[in-house]
Amino acid sequence: MRETFIDTTTAILDEDPRTALVVADISAASFTAARRRHPDRVFNVGIREQLMAGVGGGLALTGMRPYLHSYAPFLIDRAYEQIKLDLGHQETGAVLVSIGASYDAAAEGYTHQSPGDVALLDTLDGWTVHVPGHRDEVAALLRAAARHDDRVYVRLSTQENAHAHPDAGGLRVLRRGGPLVVAVGPMLDPVLEATLGMDVTVAYTNTPRPLDTDGLRALVEGEVVVVEPYLAGTSAHLVGQALNGMPHRALHLGVGRAEVRRYGDWRDHARAHGLDPAGLRRSISAFLL
Amino acid sequence: MKLLSRVTADVKHTPSAHSTLDVLWVLYDRVLRITPETVDAPDRDRFLLSKGHGPAAYYAVLAAKGFIPEEWLDDMGGWDSPLGHHPDRVLIPGVEIGTGSLGHGLGLAVGTALGLRAQGFLDTRTFVLLGDAELDEGSNHEAIAYAAAIRLPITAIVIDNRSATHGGPGEWSGAPTGSNAHSDVSGQGNQPRAGLYAGIPVRFPNWSVSVVNGRDHDEIKRALRVVSDRPRLVVASV
Repeated sequence: MRETFIDTTTAILDEDPRTALVVADISAASFTAARRRHPDRVFNVGIREQLMAGVGGGLALTGMRPYLHSYAPFLIDRAYEQIKLDLGHQETGAVLVSIGASYDAAAEGYTHQSPGDVALLDTLDGWTVHVPGHRDEVAALLRAAARHDDRVYVRLSTQENAHAHPDAGGLRVLRRGGPLVVAVGPMLDPVLEATLGMDVTVAYTNTPRPLDTDGLRALVEGEVVVVEPYLAGTSAHLVGQALNGMPHRALHLGVGRAEVRRYGDWRDHARAHGLDPAGLRRSISAFLL
Repeated sequence: MKLLSRVTADVKHTPSAHSTLDVLWVLYDRVLRITPETVDAPDRDRFLLSKGHGPAAYYAVLAAKGFIPEEWLDDMGGWDSPLGHHPDRVLIPGVEIGTGSLGHGLGLAVGTALGLRAQGFLDTRTFVLLGDAELDEGSNHEAIAYAAAIRLPITAIVIDNRSATHGGPGEWSGAPTGSNAHSDVSGQGNQPRAGLYAGIPVRFPNWSVSVVNGRDHDEIKRALRVVSDRPRLVVASV
């Protein structure tokens, strides 16, 4: 997905003079050609993430469309107040594109992981959040974001599904059956494998914000399981609101709050958080019993 | 200034409200290319008040120059008032950024200047005003270093009323007076000079620096009208 982001953003910069890119050393080398072609619109501010967000806010104030990029914990967690004030409070927007997700950087440790990025943006108004599940879903999301001035977060990850589902802004039903299981982004394949042979409906989305609440209301008949690749329960308040007045039981699966002080790779961490197919099957089966 | 005393509700940050008055007046009266009619013109000069604390003087100047009605000054902080104890760009014509939390204006100014340059507005100038205590915020130093590295011609004005809790490296060594009142000191050497305000310029390595009497309108004007090929710091001592 990172390569798709680099290629697509390079092309967008070529095509649309309103766009700009701000990076903070991460991935800077991959944008060398873009920087050479557009030195007035491609900036590497060095290891300065607060400034990256501030520069994005300033660019947007002049009518530009800035794309900002770094590891999720540096882009979102570290610069949270800049995102809140330099973008939201100024009524400007930007396209924030992160890599690393919850535990792609498993061997790097907790400093390089951001299971809380989507929850942090949920404290703010007006953010669209894309969590693509496949590299072929990335380009369209990035291109669509160039055509307006809203606040957009694109959360890229190493983990991805076997197939792309491009039209998954709303809930897209991939398997019909009983209780609804919602899979966000790269959680789709583990969910499909975990629920093999189970009588469930599986719906997929790569755009959890705004959450497709109409789709949710149409699909839920008593029980709903939500599987997200970031903090467990991040979408619980929205699911609760969407199903307000409808009797239902809900199970929210995702990354745990407790820090996993082990290294390995993302598969190890998925297993530790119960987000591998076996773990998901245990949780979902116990809930639906 | 009568309008300033009309801003009745400024109980908060009173010393900081008056420290900025002369610089703001000179900016709007003699430096900035902006009028109430051009608040949305893409090539207007930009003035960003980073130090959102104590905006009474800012509001008074905006009223005196016709950006906002004078009547607005009577109810600052009121429920029906567009004027808060910190300015909000969404509510006030002519206000470029909403501030209050310190350490945001300089980064926004860097982005603003880059955006203007990318769109070909090469004659448009970007000014940002900070307080001396505000420089304690680390985010400023990300912007200071980057602006110097890319020689971005923005102008930062630091109002120095010695309000920083721990001062700065070099320390206060006496108010600029008489012959050295408008001396240029190099930010490159960072050598404190007797009689000069070394504490703030040394925080701006590789910026072009002027230290002025923050009450002397001619001095302020001369320092602000200098156009440089690198970032400029004007320390206005009050």
